[in-house]
Amino acid sequence: MTKLTELNLHQALSGLAAGDFTSTELTQSYLNSIEAQNASLNAYLVVTGDKALEMARASDARRAVGNAGALEGIPLGIKDLFCTKGVRTTAASKILGEFAPEYESSVTTNLWRDGAVMLGKLNLDEFAMGSSNETSAFGNVTNPWKRKGSNVALTPGGSSGGSAAAVAAHMCLGATATDTGGSIRQPAAFTGTVGIKPTYGRCSRYGIVAFASSLDQAGPIARNVKDSAIMLQSMMGHDAKDSTSLNVAVPDLVAAMAKGVKGMKIGIPKEYRVDGMPEEIENLWQQGIAWLKDAGAEIVDISLPHTKYALPAYYIVAPAEASSNLARYDGMRFGARVEGVDLTDTYEKSRATGFGEEVKRRILIGTYVLSAGYYDAYYLRAQKVRARILEDFTNAWTKCDAILTPTAPSAAFGLGEKSDDPIKMYLNDVFTVTANLAGLPAISIPAALDVDGLPLGLQIIGKALDEETVYSVASVMEQAANFSARP
Amino acid sequence: MTQTSVPAYTAFKTARPDQWVKSVTGDWEIIVGMEVHAQVSAKSKLFSGASAAYGGDPNSHVAMVDAGMPGMLPVINKFVVEQAVKTGLGLGAKINLWSRFDRKNYFYPDLPQGYQISQYLYPIIGEGSLEVASEDGSMIMVGIERIHLEQDAGKSIHDLDPNSTYVDLNRSGCALMEIVSKPDIRSADEAANYFKNLRALVRYLETCDGNMDEGSMRADVNVSVRRPGGELGTRCEIKNVNSTKFVGMAVNYEARRQIEILEDGGTIDQETRLFDVKTGQTRTMRSKEDAHDYRYFPDPDLLPLILDEAWVENIRANLPELPAAMKARFQSQYGLSAYDADVLVADKEFAAFYEEVAKGRDAKIANSWMTVELFGWLNKNGKELSQSPIGAAALGGLVGLITDGTINGKIAKDVFAKMIETGDEAAVIVEREGLKQTTDTGAIEASIDALMATNPEKVAEAREKPKMLGWWVGQVMKATGGKANPAIVNEILKGKLGID
Repeated sequence: MTKLTELNLHQALSGLAAGDFTSTELTQSYLNSIEAQNASLNAYLVVTGDKALEMARASDARRAVGNAGALEGIPLGIKDLFCTKGVRTTAASKILGEFAPEYESSVTTNLWRDGAVMLGKLNLDEFAMGSSNETSAFGNVTNPWKRKGSNVALTPGGSSGGSAAAVAAHMCLGATATDTGGSIRQPAAFTGTVGIKPTYGRCSRYGIVAFASSLDQAGPIARNVKDSAIMLQSMMGHDAKDSTSLNVAVPDLVAAMAKGVKGMKIGIPKEYRVDGMPEEIENLWQQGIAWLKDAGAEIVDISLPHTKYALPAYYIVAPAEASSNLARYDGMRFGARVEGVDLTDTYEKSRATGFGEEVKRRILIGTYVLSAGYYDAYYLRAQKVRARILEDFTNAWTKCDAILTPTAPSAAFGLGEKSDDPIKMYLNDVFTVTANLAGLPAISIPAALDVDGLPLGLQIIGKALDEETVYSVASVMEQAANFSARP
Repeated sequence: MTQTSVPAYTAFKTARPDQWVKSVTGDWEIIVGMEVHAQVSAKSKLFSGASAAYGGDPNSHVAMVDAGMPGMLPVINKFVVEQAVKTGLGLGAKINLWSRFDRKNYFYPDLPQGYQISQYLYPIIGEGSLEVASEDGSMIMVGIERIHLEQDAGKSIHDLDPNSTYVDLNRSGCALMEIVSKPDIRSADEAANYFKNLRALVRYLETCDGNMDEGSMRADVNVSVRRPGGELGTRCEIKNVNSTKFVGMAVNYEARRQIEILEDGGTIDQETRLFDVKTGQTRTMRSKEDAHDYRYFPDPDLLPLILDEAWVENIRANLPELPAAMKARFQSQYGLSAYDADVLVADKEFAAFYEEVAKGRDAKIANSWMTVELFGWLNKNGKELSQSPIGAAALGGLVGLITDGTINGKIAKDVFAKMIETGDEAAVIVEREGLKQTTDTGAIEASIDALMATNPEKVAEAREKPKMLGWWVGQVMKATGGKANPAIVNEILKGKLGID
C-alpha cells in the first residue's frame, strides 16, 4: 500500500469510501508527516493532534453508519486567521496572546459539517499582512521547494504561507487560506499548489480575523484543481451572520471542470506585461495561451487600462480598513496587555509591543489616508480607482469569458531578500490585487518550473459568481501542463 | 396680532423682539439647535441579538460583536430600522431609501471595536419638522435636519475603585437615534418645549421610552448669541442635558454667559461644555483644539441600507394618532381649550388616562379633576401619573358622580381625599358615608328657615347687600353637612331673602 499521504484529497475520499483505510489512519499519517517536517518548515503554529484523532474517530463512526459528508474524514490544516472554538487563534500576532475564541468561523463550521478533520492551525503573515510569511510573530515558514542545487531557504509566499507549504509538503490534504490582495494565489504559485479566491461574498467572513473587510475572502489551497473544487464547494454558502455574504446557490464546481473551453473566449490583458518581468514568466504566459488555443478556446487581446493604479489603490484601501479593524486590539478585553502609567500609555505600550513592524506600518498608512485633509486625496481617490478597475473588467467581459495572466512576477524568492524593502515586497501583488479590488474569482494553478526548478503559476480570473468557468479553464490548463513536480 | 398660520422658520430667522435678551449695550438674540440622542425601543441591539433592556448585571447583555471580539461582524436589526423610519414619519420627514453606515474611529475602553458605527454622510432620515409652542403661546415649526442611527458605547465606571476604571458593556451596541434639529430655536422656552414635544412624539410612536433617568433621551444643545439679525456668533455645545427643565436652564445660563463675555469685549471659544445640574451652570469639557479626528469612512462590514418604498408606506399607514392630531381632536371632540388639550397630549399616558376619565362624562369636569386635583396631588407628592393611587377608571367614577349630580364639587374633594387614603371607589365612599347630594327642596327649605329665624339681622343685611348671599350659602351647606345641591340652595335662598 502506498503511503497514505501520497494520496490526494479526492483519492483519499475514494479510499475511505472503499474502506481501504480509516480516517483515523489517514489522520495519523498526516500527524506523523507534520511531526517529521514541521520543525524545519514551521508551517503549523499549533498541531491539534488529540482533537484531530477524536474528530477522525467520530468521522469513521459516521461513515460506518452510512452518514458520510462531502469531506468525510479528510484531514485539513486551518490558517490561523480562522477562529476555532477553544483552540488558540493568533493571526500570527503577539497581540492576541493566548486568545482562544468561544466561537467557530462559519467557513470551518462548514468544513466540519461536511466531515473534515482539523490537524492544526497554520502560520501566516501577521494579520495576513505580507507576501513572504516573514512578518509572522512566530517565525517565517520555509518553502519546501529549493532551487536546483541550492540550499538557500525560500519563502513560501504570503500571507497564506503556512497553508501553501503544508499542502505542498503533504502535511495536510488541503488547507484553508484567505486572500486580501493575493494571499492565496501567490503562495500557491510559489509552492506548486492550486489556490482560489472566490467571488467576494461567496465565503462567509464570520469568524475570520479581519484585515481589510471589503477585500478579504477565504478560499482553499489544494494539491490539484479537483481537490480545490471539492473543498471550495464545502466552504462557500450564504451566511446570515455576514452582511456581505451573497445569498446565491452554491454551484457544482467538480461538474464544471468537465465542460472544457471549446468556443470560450480568453482575454489577454496587455497591461499585465510589466517592466522587468522575467522572460520565463512571459514565456509561461505564452505557453498557457497555446494550451488554451489547442483546447479550442479563442484568444482575444483585451485592455484593462487602470491596472497600473490598482496596486497603489490597494495599498490605500487595505491599510485604511486595517487601521480601523485592528483598533480592537487594545489590550482591554483579551490578548496581550502591557500596563502603562495611564490609559493612553497602556494603549501605546500594548500596541507597540503587540504588533509587528509591518502591521504598524500599515496601521500608520491607514490612519494617515483616513485623516481629515487627506481623506479625499487618498481614500476617496482610491475608491474611485476601484470603481474604474471594476469598470475595466465589466468592459472586458463584453469581449471574453475569462482572463489569463501570470500569478506573480517571479518564482519564490529567498527569505530576507525583500524584507527590507516594503515597496519591492508589495510588487508581488501586482497581478493579484485587481481581482480583490473588483471582487472577482481568480485561481492560480501550477504551470511549469523555472530554470531553477521552482514552480510558476498562471492565474485565471473569472466574472463575478462565475467560478464554474474558472474551474473549466483551470481543469483544461491543469491537464495540458501536467504538472507533477514535487519539492 | 393673531397668527393665522404657523410660520416656518428659515435658517437663522430673527427672533421675535419679545424674545430678545435686553442688556445694557443693547439687545441680543439666542440661536439654538439641538441634537437629541434617543435610545430606540427594541428587544435587541442595533447590530447584535443581545438584549437591549435597561439594567441587568454588568456585562450580562453582551454579544461577541458588542465586545469587539476578533472576526465578529455586525448584522443590522430590521426592527430598529423600522423604529427609525416610524420616528421619521412622525416628524413628517423624508425617508432616505438609501443610507449608509460609517465608522467613527476613536479609542476608549468602553468602545470595544475602537469605532462607533454611525451614519455620517448618508442618514436614514432627512428633513422634517416639529411644531413647538413659543413663550407667547404661538406655535413655531422647528426644522429637523436629519435622524441617523448609531451604536451606543458601553459605560465606564470610575468611582468603584480609586485606581481602576470598570467597564460595563450592556449598553455597548444599543441602537440610538440622533435627531438633529435645524438652528430654528430662539429661546430657552422653545428649546425646552422642543425637547418636551420630541419626547412626547417618540413615546406616542413607541420608538423610544423617553426615560430620562435611564439615559434613554439626552440632548446636546448648541447655543450662540448675536445682535438681532446680525452676524452669527460662535456656538458652544452643551453635552448630555437630560431633562426639559435643564434644557431651558442650560440655554439661559449659556446665553447669558456668552453675552457677558461679548459685552466685556471678549470672544467666544468654540467648545464643548457640560451642564452642572447642581449649580445650573455650564463649564468647559473640551475645547475645539482637543477635537478628535474621527477618520470616518464607510463600514466595509455592512452593505448600504436600502429600504423598500412599499415597506415604508406600510409603516406610514399604520402610524398611531400623533400629538398634533390628537390635540385638534381633543379640542373638537371634548370642547377643550388649546391650552388644556396641549397639557393632555403632552404625554401619551396623560391623553389615554384623560380619555378614559372623560368617557361618557362631562369632558371639562374630567379635565379639571385630572389636571388640577390629581396632577396637583401627584406634584405635591413627587409622583408620576403611572404611580397614581387613583387610576383612570376610579377617577372617572368620581367625575361620573359629579356629572350626574350625585355629589357636588365640594363633597367630591373629600371623596377624592378618601379615595387616596383608602383606595376605595368613589361610589363606595359616597354610599358608606352618606355623602349623596341633597336635592330634597323641603329639607333645604327647612334648614334655611331655621337659619333665618336665628339670624334676623343677617336677613336684613342680605336684603341691603346682595353679596351677602355667599355667606348664606356657606351657612346652609354647613347645616346640611355640605350635601345640599348648591344650585338649589341658591335658588331657594334668593326667593326667601328677596334677592334677584
